[in-house]
Amino acid sequence: MSTKLWRFPGGLHLPGHKAESTQRPVERARLPGRLILPLHQHIGAEANPVVTVGERVRKGQMIARAEGYVSAPVHASSSGTVIAVGDFPVPHPSGMNAPCIVIETDGLEQWCERRPAPDYTTQDPSHLRNLIREAGIVGLGGAGFPSYIKLNPLGKAVDALILNAAECEPYITCDDMLMRERAAEIIHGIRIMRHALHAARCIIGIEDNKPEAHAALLRALGELHISDIQVTQVPTRYPAGGEKQLIQVLTGKEVPSNGLPIHIGIVCHNVATAAAVYRAVQLGEPLISRYVTITGPGVPKPRNLDVLLGTPMSELLEQCGADPASISHLVMGGPMMGFSVHSSSAPVVKTTNCLLTGRHRPAEPPAMPCIRCGACAEACPAKLLPQQLYWHAHAKEFDKAQQYNLFDCIECGCCAAVCPSHIPLVQYYRYAKGEIWTREREKQKADVARERHEFRLARLAQEKAEREARHAQKKAELAGKTAPRETALH
Amino acid sequence: MLSAIIAFTALAAVFGLILGFAAIRFKVEGDPLVDKIDALLPQTQCGQCGYPGCRPYATAIAGGEADINQCPPGGEAGIIALADLLGRDPKPLNAMHGVVKPKRVAIIDEPLCIGCTLCIQACPVDAILGAPKQMHTVIEQECTGCELCIAPCPVDCIRMAPVRQDIRSWKWQAPMQAAGRRG
Repeated sequence: MSTKLWRFPGGLHLPGHKAESTQRPVERARLPGRLILPLHQHIGAEANPVVTVGERVRKGQMIARAEGYVSAPVHASSSGTVIAVGDFPVPHPSGMNAPCIVIETDGLEQWCERRPAPDYTTQDPSHLRNLIREAGIVGLGGAGFPSYIKLNPLGKAVDALILNAAECEPYITCDDMLMRERAAEIIHGIRIMRHALHAARCIIGIEDNKPEAHAALLRALGELHISDIQVTQVPTRYPAGGEKQLIQVLTGKEVPSNGLPIHIGIVCHNVATAAAVYRAVQLGEPLISRYVTITGPGVPKPRNLDVLLGTPMSELLEQCGADPASISHLVMGGPMMGFSVHSSSAPVVKTTNCLLTGRHRPAEPPAMPCIRCGACAEACPAKLLPQQLYWHAHAKEFDKAQQYNLFDCIECGCCAAVCPSHIPLVQYYRYAKGEIWTREREKQKADVARERHEFRLARLAQEKAEREARHAQKKAELAGKTAPRETALH
Repeated sequence: MLSAIIAFTALAAVFGLILGFAAIRFKVEGDPLVDKIDALLPQTQCGQCGYPGCRPYATAIAGGEADINQCPPGGEAGIIALADLLGRDPKPLNAMHGVVKPKRVAIIDEPLCIGCTLCIQACPVDAILGAPKQMHTVIEQECTGCELCIAPCPVDCIRMAPVRQDIRSWKWQAPMQAAGRRG
């Protein structure tokens, strides 16, 4: 079947390094003694703990509830006892600690009561979204946006549901292995998502460097006699797995600047999210585990593991034959968009797709002055002007950087990868974005302070006026009392 | 000649009426420039500029009495924003009015507090909570770090502490400048 495909601008051909971790079948990660579950594993507000220290929890039990609209609950990944609620190392570029719930596992793996809803077709879409929200499902591709929000068409007609199976970043193979081993679950999940969205079409976009996964999907579709889900291979070119890029390749439509895919009638989800949706709806299991790729030069036996969320990264490295002490450099995510994890005791979270290890931290070549070659602009998949953004971020002219659509930058790292002067361009953009957000927050705070100050001034003025009125009244009363006497004296 | 004079007088009268009506109908309340300047000031209400708050300082700038480099909490970014708005050249902060400090908040050492309410009266944004002879405390979220509460305290139980950095307020730092010269 030949389908018309489009192209996104820029992009790079990168060495894949994917074969290393696909040679071994996926194995379950060993149950760790302690599970560390951060309350904030998603985009949005932190979850709110509903368990206390000493409480016994069962596998799948909700231990922190979602707080607000954009948020996701956290569930116990195994049975055991809550031994701490407090700050622990988490995978975050800051290297700071963040609130977590720590569970000491008992090895019994006792499930809490599960409420499967096998026949999703009779369910109302809003009920399905609620189930998905309660299961704590967030986008498993890396961003971690609560999925139930993206499954709400908000009254708009959804032309296409696109399943992102591109997995374009080097080294990462967790989605590849998931498709090879659990293709049927993914297909079931897609049908549930489609039911929630009433999508007219459904396309799975997969890079053409994953023939086994592609075949597995086609086999599963054949076995389930499903013909209304299209599997399309897209050329391997980084970042084909970027949401906007994949949409452009598959449909030729461009997501507008500052817009969302739903604005052009498209919703995009990751394939691993689809599998999680299937488990949540049809088996009643919340999101408590995921596939994680453990790879890189620092790991003797690179492979994918089925990992309970909250498992310390060091345990996974050990299971793959690596000595955590000998690893100097641990990255969560891929080589292009991942970030360094400061402590290998940090746990696997919902957005951990890959652990990339190095024996030696690669020495970063010193940044040289920009020679204005323009290679970055040619590589940019978002059609931005990386050089201009760099100048403005460097000169702290953040409003100008914003005028050059800084916020359309997906931080894919193509520009920095091609820069002959080795300028850490993406770092400049992250810095500029952070500064803009901080200024926005400070502006809001200043507005509140102004309001409070003006209210205080008004209150003081009112109090003064009241005091003066009281004095005047008293004076008048006194004058009234003394006046008759004065007249009598005369 | 006469007809020309009459025509021009009539025109002048008509336009005068239109302008007079417009002046009443579209009258701008307050000084919009003061509002614009005030919007750029950090609203700490600290008085380091020599005026009793941000709005008086904004009024003084608009009236040409004060310069744009008298606000330490606004820092360099604040001066540049004011210079942009007013079409002037940015200049360095006037050291007479203080130096740029990292953002801080006031913290009351509560066991020492005697409940005198002097700090409550000094706080320009009502960020201190308390009552006579009761312990006082700072609402950290609302504190602008103006330091006006420190001087009135008779037992010196208020200190300034840097704003706590947590994972949510963390931001990426600017990359190290190895060879950042503008080419």
